[in-house]
Amino acid sequence: MSASRYDLRVYPGFRAITILCLVILYAPLLVVTIYSFNASPSITNWEGVSLRWYADVFTGPESGKFKLAARNSFVIAIIAASVATCIATLSATAILRAGKYKLRMLSFGLISLPLMVPEIVTAVATLIFFNAIGFDRGLLTILLAHIAFCIPFAYLPIAARMQGIEATYEQAAMDLYATRRQAFTRILLPLMAPGIVSGFLLAFIVSLDDFIITNFVKGAGIETLPTAIFGAVKQGIKPNIMAISTMLLGVSVVMVTLSWLISRKDKTK
Amino acid sequence: MTPETTFAIDVQNAVKRYGDFTALKRVSLSIRDNEFFTLLGPSGCGKTTLLRMIAGFEEVTEGAIHLFGDDIVKLPPHKRPINTVFQNYALFPHMTVLENVGFGLEMLGSTKSEARARAGEALDMVQLSQFAARKPSQLSGGQQQRVALARALAPRPKVLLLDEPLSALDLKLRKAMQIELKHLQRDTGITFIFVTHDQEEALTMSDRIAVMSAGEVQQLGDAREIYDRPRNMFVADFIGETNLLEVSVDTVADGQAACHLGGGHRLTCDAVEGIGPGAKVHMSLRPERLTLSSDPTQGDSLKGRVRENIFSGTDISTILDLADGPEFRVRAPNSSRGDRRTFEPGTEVFVNMEQGAARLLMD
Repeated sequence: MSASRYDLRVYPGFRAITILCLVILYAPLLVVTIYSFNASPSITNWEGVSLRWYADVFTGPESGKFKLAARNSFVIAIIAASVATCIATLSATAILRAGKYKLRMLSFGLISLPLMVPEIVTAVATLIFFNAIGFDRGLLTILLAHIAFCIPFAYLPIAARMQGIEATYEQAAMDLYATRRQAFTRILLPLMAPGIVSGFLLAFIVSLDDFIITNFVKGAGIETLPTAIFGAVKQGIKPNIMAISTMLLGVSVVMVTLSWLISRKDKTK
Repeated sequence: MTPETTFAIDVQNAVKRYGDFTALKRVSLSIRDNEFFTLLGPSGCGKTTLLRMIAGFEEVTEGAIHLFGDDIVKLPPHKRPINTVFQNYALFPHMTVLENVGFGLEMLGSTKSEARARAGEALDMVQLSQFAARKPSQLSGGQQQRVALARALAPRPKVLLLDEPLSALDLKLRKAMQIELKHLQRDTGITFIFVTHDQEEALTMSDRIAVMSAGEVQQLGDAREIYDRPRNMFVADFIGETNLLEVSVDTVADGQAACHLGGGHRLTCDAVEGIGPGAKVHMSLRPERLTLSSDPTQGDSLKGRVRENIFSGTDISTILDLADGPEFRVRAPNSSRGDRRTFEPGTEVFVNMEQGAARLLMD
């Protein structure tokens, strides 16, 4: 393949800028991942490969705290992502399949606006809201807050997918004696499945690693993985934090890859 | 007034308005049982709107639609025993060919095995049984088209609607499908309502054609009627190629109208109801019903000068300038018969017309 005049690669400095960007993006992750396998209790001196800090996460003095936080995180992520995905699917159906109505753009704006609002603002607002209605902070407040901010993340891939499905499929179904409901469950839903799975995985990841909002609305003594990690780091960075971070990174990579594979598989159908 | 129950589809004064825009202006059409009926017209003429109203996808603003005597205007699409072949086929991509074809039967309450069996028969009918287990995306455009046809026919609808189903196919395949469709219609005995903007397609397949334009039916008749006896300017111009001349009607007697056009040419043709003496109207002259000769023959002829000859394989078209008249086209088949000769550009010739070649048109 010869580089044409319009090929990006012929621009001066292209290679250098690319490498710089990659280093800035990934060097910290790489350092954390490598040092999580360090045998030394120091976070800067390399003393050989070992899995001791991974073992420490599961059996060490802090293991109880981390296990509980991890369980909270996963339970919240699964429930929040599920509920948000359902709401997002229904919203997408209403916004994209109910014909043209006056407030359609407004509806779309309202659904996706939270993505643009600084998270700290959402966090403070959510906290004030819970206080105002006298809701005791605890697991439930975290869950409700997560459901709320996960909706736009679930909505985007679902709506993108639904936009690609022509309305004639449902019309064809109804023409072939399917009721509206049957056209939805037998035709639209299966066609939307890749978008729904993508939306769920994205919402799951966003919920799993949320820190700011969680930190504001969690009750005293209740931790999710990110808040637990933050709490531990305040007392000094230990290699076991790197091990946890690396595992969390692994989960994220797996989820994002899955989401990508599912959406890609469908396009090449 | 009770509706005529023998009509498969009876559209009475149907109106469709979108806000201020009127897509369909009081259309009435009676489509007979077991008929291959075509709605023909340019895009935006309202033909697809009318089809979608019959299918139930568009509400009827005013008027009535009866299916074998039953008012169906209020019925949702899934309660109408009418199926549609969509322009883009709309085959369900997540189902196999067999599942696609069996879908309608299943929705009607057939058991899975019964639906499969009858879907198989429908696939046989379009010669695609060997592709039953494939997904639609694994088929060619022509095969997808036939699956769409089998899917719409499998539930044995009372009326089948076809929305420009051949427009995505290449010319050869389209011609083959035209004949296949015609045979399918005859074999199944189901009333077909076919929408197209392709006049040749319409003429080839239809028992009757409704030519539509600007939300109105311009003319209704069989292919011969529409082609040979167009009612107005639009129909004459839209169907086939024609020469349009401005003429004045002098007298009308014994079913014949005597007319003259600029340059002193005089012509006689069949009188048309509604066009009387003194009327200034257009006359349509089909190029293939005209011949050229170096001397005037008996009957009417027009004098002109050859500008150029255009060879197009099956035909040779001659473009001439009429004396004091517009450009004019005469077309002759490319044959070795001696009675049709080609004249060099610049030659003075006479244009002779067959009986019935000239037709007076309403505006």
